[in-house]
Amino acid sequence: MTLASHVPPNDRRSILRTALSVGAATGAYGLSFGALAVTQGHLNPWQAQLLSLLLFSGASQFAIVGIVGAGGSAAAAMTSTLLLGLRNGLYGLRLSAVVHPRGWRKAFNAHVTIDESTAVTLANSDEVAPDRDRSAYAFWSTGLSVFILWNIATAIGALAARHIGDPRQFGLDAAIPCGFAALILPRLRSFNDWLLSGLAAVIAVGVSPWVRPGVPVLIVAAATLIIAVFNTRRQPPSPLGDGKPS
Amino acid sequence: MNSWIAVIGSGVIAYLVKLAGYLVPKKMLDKPLIAKSAALFPIALLSALLGIQTLVTNTSIVVDARVPALAAAFIALRFKAPFILVVVIGAGTAALIRAQGWMA
Repeated sequence: MTLASHVPPNDRRSILRTALSVGAATGAYGLSFGALAVTQGHLNPWQAQLLSLLLFSGASQFAIVGIVGAGGSAAAAMTSTLLLGLRNGLYGLRLSAVVHPRGWRKAFNAHVTIDESTAVTLANSDEVAPDRDRSAYAFWSTGLSVFILWNIATAIGALAARHIGDPRQFGLDAAIPCGFAALILPRLRSFNDWLLSGLAAVIAVGVSPWVRPGVPVLIVAAATLIIAVFNTRRQPPSPLGDGKPS
Repeated sequence: MNSWIAVIGSGVIAYLVKLAGYLVPKKMLDKPLIAKSAALFPIALLSALLGIQTLVTNTSIVVDARVPALAAAFIALRFKAPFILVVVIGAGTAALIRAQGWMA
């Protein structure tokens, strides 16, 4: 890959290791997605696979299985996809500045823009000294690793549904937030970062009992926008556009 | 038929939403408010997700083995454990607690 050419080999190895670990952890969950799609969602293996190939966003896929399995309408499934998927659009705003794909490449970048690829890209981006090649390498290695392993796992899970155990038994449901913690926490450098992160988690959990899945994250997005309004008022924007005085 | 519409319709919607983020013109992204929000979104939204994945099941707040698992992961991170070790420690803690029947 040409985009790897400017990333030092040591950094490449460490990014690749993280990308493959993330792929393996989500892949393990993909097994249970494939199995649930068939047993609970009453989808056929082709439909399960099509979701992983085309939709490719874990949270939305599990939601669709739940809705279709409970006899819900296609419209309900699509609404839930929209609510759960909007955050990927918001990641794209940032990733288009950090990874900076041009022209038709945006169409490919968009497809692998998910929580995992965003988190690893974030963990490998430096706001003070932006390095597009490094960010792009982190983005693509994670995006492809998760895409490939998630799809293979979906196929196995759907075909061997009866043999797939409960992922909770292996603590896989806990592995996912632990992985995100490992990617986010090292990025929290200032008090304000910690405050934003803590506030976001508290708001999201706090509103969860009252709204549909997907909406808590959107409420946090709205709160973030309000914080940004106050931030941009107080500080003149820097040439980097990250709002910090240079 | 209904499930085919659900699968393909949802797939198209999910993709278009992802693509929309990349199609916002650079001029707009350079506006201070948009730039600042876009810079804060990943940390804020992923932290929101972290909270939900640890404490929420469907739409209820549930304290189960995920909480001590995350605590163990925090300790591992404190000691600068590599990514995969943090994940394994987290999953292992939850699996152990459930196998012992200490927590759901």
